[in-house]
Amino acid sequence: MAALDRVKVLVLGDSGVGKSSLVHLLCHNQVLGNPSWTVGCSVDVRIHDYKEGTPEEKTYYIELWDVGGSVGSATSVKSTRAVFYNLLNGIILVHDLTNKKSSQNLYRWSLEALNRDVAPTGVLVTNGDYDREQFSDNQIPLLVIGTKLDQIPETKRNEVLTRTAFLAEDFNAEEINLDCTNPRYLAAGSSNAVKLSRFFDKVIEKRYFLRDGNQIPGFSERKRFGGGTLKSLHYD
Amino acid sequence: MRKLFKDYEVRQYVVQVIFSVTFAFSCTMFELIIFEILGVLNSSSRYFHWKLNLCVILLILVFMVPFYIGYFVVSNIRLLHRQKLLFACVVWLTFMYFFWKLGDPFPILSPKHGILSIEQLISRVGVIGVTLMALLSGFGAVNCPYTYMSYFLRNVTDADILALERRLLQTMDMIVSKKKRIAVAHRTMFQRGEVHNRPTGFWGMIKSVTTSVPGSENLSLIQQEVDALEELSRQLFLETADLHATKERIEYSKTFQGKYFNFLGYFFSIYCVWKIFMATINIVFDRVGKTDPVTRGIEITVNYLGIQFDVKFWSQHISFILVGIIIVTSIRGLLITLTKFFYAISSSKSSNVIVLLLAQIMGMYFVSSVLLIRMSMPPEYRTIITEVLGELQFNFYHRWFDVIFLVSALSSILFLYLAHKQAPEKHMAL
Repeated sequence: MAALDRVKVLVLGDSGVGKSSLVHLLCHNQVLGNPSWTVGCSVDVRIHDYKEGTPEEKTYYIELWDVGGSVGSATSVKSTRAVFYNLLNGIILVHDLTNKKSSQNLYRWSLEALNRDVAPTGVLVTNGDYDREQFSDNQIPLLVIGTKLDQIPETKRNEVLTRTAFLAEDFNAEEINLDCTNPRYLAAGSSNAVKLSRFFDKVIEKRYFLRDGNQIPGFSERKRFGGGTLKSLHYD
Repeated sequence: MRKLFKDYEVRQYVVQVIFSVTFAFSCTMFELIIFEILGVLNSSSRYFHWKLNLCVILLILVFMVPFYIGYFVVSNIRLLHRQKLLFACVVWLTFMYFFWKLGDPFPILSPKHGILSIEQLISRVGVIGVTLMALLSGFGAVNCPYTYMSYFLRNVTDADILALERRLLQTMDMIVSKKKRIAVAHRTMFQRGEVHNRPTGFWGMIKSVTTSVPGSENLSLIQQEVDALEELSRQLFLETADLHATKERIEYSKTFQGKYFNFLGYFFSIYCVWKIFMATINIVFDRVGKTDPVTRGIEITVNYLGIQFDVKFWSQHISFILVGIIIVTSIRGLLITLTKFFYAISSSKSSNVIVLLLAQIMGMYFVSSVLLIRMSMPPEYRTIITEVLGELQFNFYHRWFDVIFLVSALSSILFLYLAHKQAPEKHMAL
């Protein structure tokens, strides 16, 4: 298994939102019995059938890298985490539906992962503020997942769901809301499963089927070039 | 409070109220001390305020906070959801029982007072608080020079960090490849329709000898390897984080701020060594300081240097400043330490419990620091504290503080020494 064949998807989010449970559910179709804190990074592998049901169906291994920690950590922890952000092909942003701050922190998480080449010692091009333009230009597919859906009472559900819909729109990404302790949400054929499968397909497409076959350059490199010359890589 | 829980919301309003109230009353205690020195307000009204303040704080510390802690801890455990209140009361009663028992081995009480008087409660709260203070000061006294002085910093180069990171990524790659094999094996087994992989019964065992499925045995082996590799990756990650932190400290020490702190570090280390020395002397010679540093300092200057100045006037001001500084730095130090500690272990589940624990610790800390501050003040001002707090044996507290301070300082020296020794050896082996 050469290094070129990997499809790497990062799972990012605050401490305690349920990334490890989510990854376990995605990879083993089982609920994680004893979740505990993730120190460092834990990886799991999901076998995904690209273009399922068509004659071009092919099996890929998608690696889900679950990076632990909180977004407000010291610079030394951030630079340690940055070693995992190499060569990534997709990002899953996880937030807790019962905790508004975790969804606000997603902006910082995505900036941290996407600006990997510039931080931690250099100056952030965007000075850390959220800039919608970046995300519409972004080549790396994003998916927003909200967890702990079961803990929200029925009455509040609508307002929470509208809020998260705005959030996903900001990232120009799809969103899924679920409960990691219930595999029913990702049952085959449900709309969540379809969205998930579409996301993974998009990741694989961007990874393998480019016109010139090169690895996609990093997000920040395009900023350095002024964002003009490399737009041709957008695959439709 | 917002800073403590930047990422989580403390939703329960009650918790916030309790915390703020505890903090407010603790601060008023200190204000009263300062007023005492300055002579603001009428003497009798001061006395009244003291009593009131003390009553409220004790009420909160001994009754309300433990009860709420018990309540929230119990509500976190899912099993006991139904009878939350009942179990909370049980926990609270256990706490009261231990709290009472705490008083027995210590020679604190004189038999004159009744059961539920202020003196009893304060004595016990004082014991716990003094222990806490001494532990924190002992650890802080040793940790402070260690952190600030660059003498202790190990030399970390970029090459070290890169090598370690490479090892970490290699380990992650190995984990990934093994997991891929496991996933493939699971999938083929699933597709072949084999649900069980453990043969049962006598015939099953015989069959498994001859026609063993090669996948299942290897699987458990691979799974064990994966577990070991994951443990290794965690270790490597922690080491890398450590190296990054050290590198950052080295860079920081080269800046002006870093140099300034380095300089302070030398001062602090001398001060800490002096404190440890004094604590040892106090214990060995069984002596408790009768006079406070201020008066003694003034006496020394007057006697040896022959400078004549108005003792009373200066002693009031100097002791005011000194007490103020002690109060401010100890509050600040406590809050910073607790913030760091709780930020590291906070999670959305236990945020309520943590805030309440914080309030409890803070309250006890403040009460006992009032007790101990008595030593640093000249005799005229000690009277009000002695009056309000009754006939506690203050000497006992000072002795106890010195003992625990010494123990904590020595053990933290030992601990830091071991930690320091271990780290360079690990890096040499790479």
